[in-house]
Amino acid sequence: MQITKELVNYLEALGRIELTDEQRASSEKDLQDILSYIDTLNELDTSNVEPLSHSFPVTNVFREDEVRPSTDRELILENAPEKTDACFMVPKTVE
Amino acid sequence: MDYEVVIGLEVHTELSTKTKIFCGCTTEFGGEPNTHVCEICSGMPGTLPVVNKSVIEYAIRTGLATNCKITQYNKFDRKNYFYPDLPKAYQVSQLYLPICQNGFVEINASEGGKKKVRIHEIHMEEDAGKLVHDDFEDCTLVDYNRCGVPLLEIVSEPDMSSADEVIDYLEKLKAILQYIGVSDCKMQEGSLRADVNLSVRKKGANEYGTRTEMKNINSFKAIKRAIEGETERQIDLLESGEKVVQETRRWDDSKGESYAMRSKEDAQDYKYFPEPDIPPIEISDEKIEQIKNALPELPEKKKQRYMEEMNLPEYDTGIITNSIHLVRLFERTAEICGNPKDAANWIMGELMKMLNDTQTLPEDMKFNQDSLGKIIVMLNENKISRNTAKKVFEKVFSEDVEPEKYVKENNLEVMTDTGAIKGIIEKVVADNPKSVEEYKSGKEKAIQFLIGQSMRALKGQAPAQEVTKILHEILD
Repeated sequence: MQITKELVNYLEALGRIELTDEQRASSEKDLQDILSYIDTLNELDTSNVEPLSHSFPVTNVFREDEVRPSTDRELILENAPEKTDACFMVPKTVE
Repeated sequence: MDYEVVIGLEVHTELSTKTKIFCGCTTEFGGEPNTHVCEICSGMPGTLPVVNKSVIEYAIRTGLATNCKITQYNKFDRKNYFYPDLPKAYQVSQLYLPICQNGFVEINASEGGKKKVRIHEIHMEEDAGKLVHDDFEDCTLVDYNRCGVPLLEIVSEPDMSSADEVIDYLEKLKAILQYIGVSDCKMQEGSLRADVNLSVRKKGANEYGTRTEMKNINSFKAIKRAIEGETERQIDLLESGEKVVQETRRWDDSKGESYAMRSKEDAQDYKYFPEPDIPPIEISDEKIEQIKNALPELPEKKKQRYMEEMNLPEYDTGIITNSIHLVRLFERTAEICGNPKDAANWIMGELMKMLNDTQTLPEDMKFNQDSLGKIIVMLNENKISRNTAKKVFEKVFSEDVEPEKYVKENNLEVMTDTGAIKGIIEKVVADNPKSVEEYKSGKEKAIQFLIGQSMRALKGQAPAQEVTKILHEILD
């Protein structure tokens, strides 16, 4: 896969970060290096290997459907940068 | 040029489990903002989600009731997007291995007859929080009570071709979900929401047109209007030589038009990957069998049985079996009065009228389920007149009075003392010499007035036939 300037801009938008032009250039190079390195894995034929999503042989970890008290609202809101008495407050989002 | 409409639906239904999908917070609707929230559903770092067992069972139940194949090896996936309704900045959902696949729901086709709407898949996911835009403060307030409430997303194939088919599909689906007890499907509380994918194409064309998606329309009436409006808009575009753009649109029901939503971001890339915090879920054949055997009688089957065993008309059984709440009332009433026909007639007649007049949904009926049966019994035993029965049922419907007690306390029983009835009628005759004169001089109609006056004097507590008979005895 080829990392382009456009792709770096796209990743920047996706990650909600803003890079300087210098950082953009170095990111382009770094990302390309990383991908090329990872491409080494493509040398292995995995067509008959099931993708692995979990490395531990554990399945079916469940919880009974029983209500447990929720956490105090004050505590939940404590770390919010902006809040009212009852709610988190964020910059206006309009669709 | 004739066009045809192609519609597929994504229906989100909130499950009626007691707790959220990954934590023990209550799913109860309402509640002060952010009081049904804990470290897990507010996405605090270092917390670990644990799957609610009932969510898996409810999902399997739904799949089996809609003829799906159950996926026996399940995983959850992360759907990443950045929006304040999701505190973790991702939604745990299922992309690669949805729990149910390849089912169908049978509906009434617009062209007559039945048709199958195929279910592509049903997957489990968590609901998001609620955003309240505060224009005054120019900010957005976030309430995470709903965040983490379990959802099923039921994705149909594009098999519907009119607003009526869509409504029928939704009604059938809603009935099934209520019968199997997995969701209350209250649209006004958002526990049933539909996204409509719609495209048009020239009649007979093989390829689909470009589709648009309308999100979160939350009443049957609004869905019907949105479909009609969007169909017209797309046909107008094509007719004037323009193209339909693939986009998400919001239906503004008050204005009766849709508009394109400014895309949340240019970058819409969910970067799905397997959810590492939740181990895979394996569902055994035995488990599926066990849930299958415990399924209740489903709407279509119940309808057939009502028609065959109780000899009820198809239309009536269709209406009744479409709502589990009407079914419960019907079955209880038929049991008490011993006559399914009477029970169905009262539900289709008086009850439907009251529900319509008061704009009440069957699920919001508040009265004791035994009351209608008791009223019919009193009527059939001639203890009360038909008129009284209707009035008592109105009181039951509005105030949940106990019918037998109410009849007794308000002296509404039919008068059985013929002597007393005759006395009252004789007084009416004496008080209306003019009408009596007219009747005797051959004006047959005059007796109607006397019957009316007598019924009023008797407060409707004697059968009209009896009153007429006595009047003739006195006058002729």
